[in-house]
Amino acid sequence: MTGIDFEFIANHLPHYGKALLLTLALGIGGIAGSMIVGLPGALLLHFRVPVLRNAVAAYVGFSRNTPLLAQLFFLYFGLPAIGIRWSGFTCALVGLTFLGGGYMIEALRSGIESVGRPQIESALSLGFSRAQITRRIVLPQALASATPALAANCIFLLKETSVVGIIAVADLMHLTQDLIGLYYKTTESLILLVTAYVIVIVPVSWLFSRLEKVIRHAEFG
Amino acid sequence: MRHALDTLWQNAPLLLDGLWATLGVAAAATFFSILGGVALGMARVSCKNALMQAAARAWLEVFRVIPVLVWLFVFFFAVPSALNLDLSGTFVAILVFSLWGASEMSDIVRGALTAIPRAQYDAGRALGMSAVQLQWRVILPQAARRMLPGAVNLVTRIIKTTSLVVIVGVVDVIKRGQQIIERTQEPFIIYAFILLLFFALCHPLSLLSRRLEKRFNKT
Repeated sequence: MTGIDFEFIANHLPHYGKALLLTLALGIGGIAGSMIVGLPGALLLHFRVPVLRNAVAAYVGFSRNTPLLAQLFFLYFGLPAIGIRWSGFTCALVGLTFLGGGYMIEALRSGIESVGRPQIESALSLGFSRAQITRRIVLPQALASATPALAANCIFLLKETSVVGIIAVADLMHLTQDLIGLYYKTTESLILLVTAYVIVIVPVSWLFSRLEKVIRHAEFG
Repeated sequence: MRHALDTLWQNAPLLLDGLWATLGVAAAATFFSILGGVALGMARVSCKNALMQAAARAWLEVFRVIPVLVWLFVFFFAVPSALNLDLSGTFVAILVFSLWGASEMSDIVRGALTAIPRAQYDAGRALGMSAVQLQWRVILPQAARRMLPGAVNLVTRIIKTTSLVVIVGVVDVIKRGQQIIERTQEPFIIYAFILLLFFALCHPLSLLSRRLEKRFNKT
């Protein structure tokens, strides 16, 4: 194995910095989008709203049982054929949100289900309205018990950002593919790539596992 | 629309041929994931050697933290050039998905094994069973039931992950789709159909996994 070209690494560090920021922006955007889709979706399932509830269930099944890559290809290459065009970045955000939304709905739904019936009945007998019960009793506890699953979903979505490079979004994967193609500096490019993901994901997963411990502690304490 | 459906109908055999390649990789990866995952999971529970424990954890974390696509790249580009090997895309894909799948499976196995009450071990030992007998006749049969929902779910994840093989040049269902689109200029219907194919594969397995879980929770 030839020596590692540190000059190459130093020269391309700024590019990786930029790609890292873009990947992070995509990841955070995708997570935020998924939560925005997830909460109403989970509530529609919880309240058994007719028709809409079936639509949500179908969406959850579809988003969770198809690969992100196929979803992205459909969004990026398939939809323009019927007149819907968007940039790679928008497409990546929509794709991540579509995928993540299904996972978040599932996580939140099981969180909501974990809140015991007696609590809701007591609240009803105390004269709480449906909206008050949801906002003040069900959701705070549901979010707490769903936290581990939500955190796992966030890490999952951050990792899935690697796939969006394939539809020409200039993220970490895409940059690496480019650099390998241009300079044949495979080892160096891959070292940068792996390091970049470690820099993003390790602190996040550490943070989430701390968060989980804090919440668990509150549960038992 | 009429034309698009005709195109789809004519090219469906080609797509199914690609799907077959996808399934082959997924099936091989599933096999090695379960084999490796059970071994690794049992080692993590029963091996008291701190060094082995640390190694198993490191494996798990490394494959958890870094996306599978990145591993696919590392093994497809860096490993062959470093070791002067010529690895086919299919081989690399099976290798990477197995390494990743085994780490995921080991966690499922560990969870199932640690959920088995201590009394089962004690009772087995009291009856004079050897360590192997104890594992094989008492612990594993009970743990297998607990593993099943997670394992079935992992299979769907492996199938979905297998869509990435197109990156390392395997002619899978997506590559076939791209070839058909180049010829026919019908991306909408072809990609929609590919989505449906994956859904048709994974959805029944997801339902099965959920039913197994429910049944298990009842007893």
